[in-house]
Amino acid sequence: MQRLEKLELIWQSLPLLGEGVLVTMTLTISLLGVGLLLGIPVALGQAYGPRPVRLLMSSYERFFRAMPILVLLIVCFYGLGFWGIYVPAFGTAVVVFGLHSSAYQSQIFRGAIQAIKEGQLLAARALGMSRLQAIRYIVLPQALRLSLPGWSNEYSGVLKDTSFVFAIGVTELTRQGWQIAMRTREIFLVFITVAVIYLILTYLGTWLLERIERRLSVPGLAGQRREEHGRVI
Amino acid sequence: MSSEYKVSSEASFVVRVADLHKRYGSEEVLKGVSFAVRQGEALAIIGPSGTGKSTLLRCINRLTEPDRGRIWLENTEITNAKTDINKIRQQIGFVFQDFNLFAHLTALDNVRLGLTKVKKLSLKEATERAMIELRRVGLAEQAQKYPAQLSGGQQQRVSIARALAMDPKLMLFDEPTSALDPELIGEVLHVMQDLADEGMTMIVVTHEMGFARSVCDEVIFMEKGVIVEQGPPEQIFTQPKQPRTQQFLSKISELYGRTSS
Ligand SMILES: Nc1ncnc2c1ncn2[C@@H]1O[C@H](COP(=O)(O)OP(=O)(O)OP(=O)(O)O)[C@@H](O)[C@H]1O
Ligand SMILES: [Mg+2]
Repeated sequence: MQRLEKLELIWQSLPLLGEGVLVTMTLTISLLGVGLLLGIPVALGQAYGPRPVRLLMSSYERFFRAMPILVLLIVCFYGLGFWGIYVPAFGTAVVVFGLHSSAYQSQIFRGAIQAIKEGQLLAARALGMSRLQAIRYIVLPQALRLSLPGWSNEYSGVLKDTSFVFAIGVTELTRQGWQIAMRTREIFLVFITVAVIYLILTYLGTWLLERIERRLSVPGLAGQRREEHGRVI
Repeated sequence: MSSEYKVSSEASFVVRVADLHKRYGSEEVLKGVSFAVRQGEALAIIGPSGTGKSTLLRCINRLTEPDRGRIWLENTEITNAKTDINKIRQQIGFVFQDFNLFAHLTALDNVRLGLTKVKKLSLKEATERAMIELRRVGLAEQAQKYPAQLSGGQQQRVSIARALAMDPKLMLFDEPTSALDPELIGEVLHVMQDLADEGMTMIVVTHEMGFARSVCDEVIFMEKGVIVEQGPPEQIFTQPKQPRTQQFLSKISELYGRTSS
């Protein structure tokens, strides 16, 4: 009888948890997008920029990689509030997480750029392409493909990190769970459910990225999945 | 055979190089190199490793910036800072030792990319032209394959097609067969011979003495950043004037055993 009640409790919490999932996923996807848009130029600047640009991009990347995300969140949200500047919590979260992720994504991307043989750029220039054209038509398509496994990691990492926005009052999945748990006094049960939901979200995301990776894969491009060669060892 | 590149009766210079210098750090790699290539002529550049042959070739389309000296493509001075180098490079085909095909593109797209993005041809025109060039190098059937699915010889032929598609006035080859297994060298040399026969103006850095001798009209022997000797292949290979040329040739024939064709 009691067991049935508990099941019912979970069942009734699902719509609220679903709202939490929506917020978590919106935040995750937006921050990955912001991180990508900033991370690509940072990586390109580091790889091909003149010295001052390289230094600037490296400091940017080091700074954001060194900063704990929670500290950044608190500084940006409450710190600015202290000075009388009020920013929306969700917007702050997207920007802070986006900057943080862009530092990590730039490293994924830079590694991919370095895996591209330099001779291909020479060949592109020899055809009369400008530097920008060579980057656009030769570097980007290859580097983006090579980055996909790294992004899979980044996705599952940031997905979990989004629960830090708890601290600035954004009601995403974890906070939604917290509120339900407080109300019903079923902490264990509710958080087991939350954990399972995170597991599913991680699995779905990496599954999707793997599919994209397969769909875009090109025979012989460095970094492709092992299965295409068959087992080697 | 197409007569697209037939020698004009009034043989004019396609490329002229005057007093070219290039230094890397304390090492002067090119110490004042001068020569010219006529329309329809095939020039071979031979010489020991580290002599500056690749550097010279790369200076011609300014993939490497020369320190001093002047280069002209027909009447345009390539070394003039005001010259739009991307316009010049469209007119000079470059074939690299290790092919440098774009790894994410099929053979067809490798050949087509310069046509659509640099020459701004429509996809249809570009495809037609690219297929003509792939057919010319005997690879029409492999058009949809990616570089990793092609043999070294096939990859090098794609890279030649990629350069030819741009309709160049001059083709530069930097040891196009040095990265190939011996049994694949012939197919690439064959394509190059056809090109020379059609009257394409070309400069070929090579260790294939048989090719230099039987296909090229002129041979330059370079060593340590200078031209040691220059002349028609018969003279260079049978009566070299400089003792260094002779030494180099006998060493090469020991190594490769293929100085005659
Ligand atoms: N980018 C560079 N930076 C520094 N030194 C270079 C560079 N490129 C070439 N060199 C040096 O210049 C010299 C000439 O090199 P180059 O590649 O032109 O010779 P090469 O005649 O083509 O030799 P090979 O037959 O081995 O290809 C070599 O000593 C080489 O180490
Ligand atoms: Mg060389």
